[in-house]
Amino acid sequence: MAAIALGLTVLENAIPSPLPGVKPGLANIVTLIVLARYGWRAAAWVSLLRVVAGSLLFGNFLAPGFFLSLSGAFCSLLVLAFAQHLPARWFGPVSHSIYAAFAHITGQMLVVYLWLIPHAGIAYLIPVFAAAALVFGTANGLIASRFIGASESA
Amino acid sequence: MGALQHIKHGDWLTLLLGGICVALLVLKLWGEGPADKAIIRSGGKIFRIVSLSRDQQIEVPGPLGISIISILNRKVRIASDPGPRQYCVRQGWLQQSGEIALCLPNQVSVELTGSQKKYDSISY
Repeated sequence: MAAIALGLTVLENAIPSPLPGVKPGLANIVTLIVLARYGWRAAAWVSLLRVVAGSLLFGNFLAPGFFLSLSGAFCSLLVLAFAQHLPARWFGPVSHSIYAAFAHITGQMLVVYLWLIPHAGIAYLIPVFAAAALVFGTANGLIASRFIGASESA
Repeated sequence: MGALQHIKHGDWLTLLLGGICVALLVLKLWGEGPADKAIIRSGGKIFRIVSLSRDQQIEVPGPLGISIISILNRKVRIASDPGPRQYCVRQGWLQQSGEIALCLPNQVSVELTGSQKKYDSISY
C-alpha cells in the first residue's frame, strides 16, 4: 500500500500546481483506505513511510519541504486517531479526509510560521489553503469511499 | 450522481463546518481595503517601507541576487527575481491591503498595508 501511495505522490509531482503548497494530496486516498480496512497504526505506517520514501526519492530529505510533509502527516494522523472513532453510521471517509486535510494545513502553517517565514503576512494565504483542504479533502474522501465500499459490499 | 451515495449524514455536517470555516477565514483575513503602503522585506527584516503614491522600481538584494519590485498606479508586483520557480513573479499585481508576494529562494517579500494594519509582526 505504501508503494501505491508513493506512486501517487510521484504522479502528483508531475502535475504543475497553480500556487505553491496547493496540492490534491492523492496519496492520502491510500491512507484513508488503509485506515478503514486495517486501522490507524497501519495507516500511520503507510503515511510516514510514504513521506520519508518520497523525500528520499525526490532528493529533499531533511529539507524544509520534507518537514512540511512530515508536520502535515503528523497532524493529520493525530486527528485521524480521533476521527476514526466517530460513529461509522454517520461519518465516513469523507469526514475523516476533511478533518485530516484541515489538520494537515494547520500543521504546515505552524511549521511555516514558526520556522520558515515568521511573518504575519502568511495569514493572507490561509483562506486559499483552507478552501483547497475542503475541496480536495472531500474529493479524496469520495474516491477512497468508492474503493472501500467496493470491497465491503459482500 | 454516484458520488452522493458515499456521503453519510455526519459527512454533510463536516462539509458544512468546513465551509463555514473557509467562509470565516475569507471574511476575517481578506476583508481589508485598498492599500497605501508596501513593506519590503529582505532576509526576514524590513528593507524599506514605500508609499504607493509614486510610481517607481526598487531593487532588493538577496542571497541569490536582485529582486526587482515595481510600483505602478498604486499597485505592486515583483517584476523579476532570480529564483528557479518564479512563483512570486507569476503572482502578478498586488492591490488590496494584506496581499503579499514572497520570493522564498531569494528571501524577499513585499506586503501591502492600509491605514489600519490588522496583523503586525510584533503584536500578532
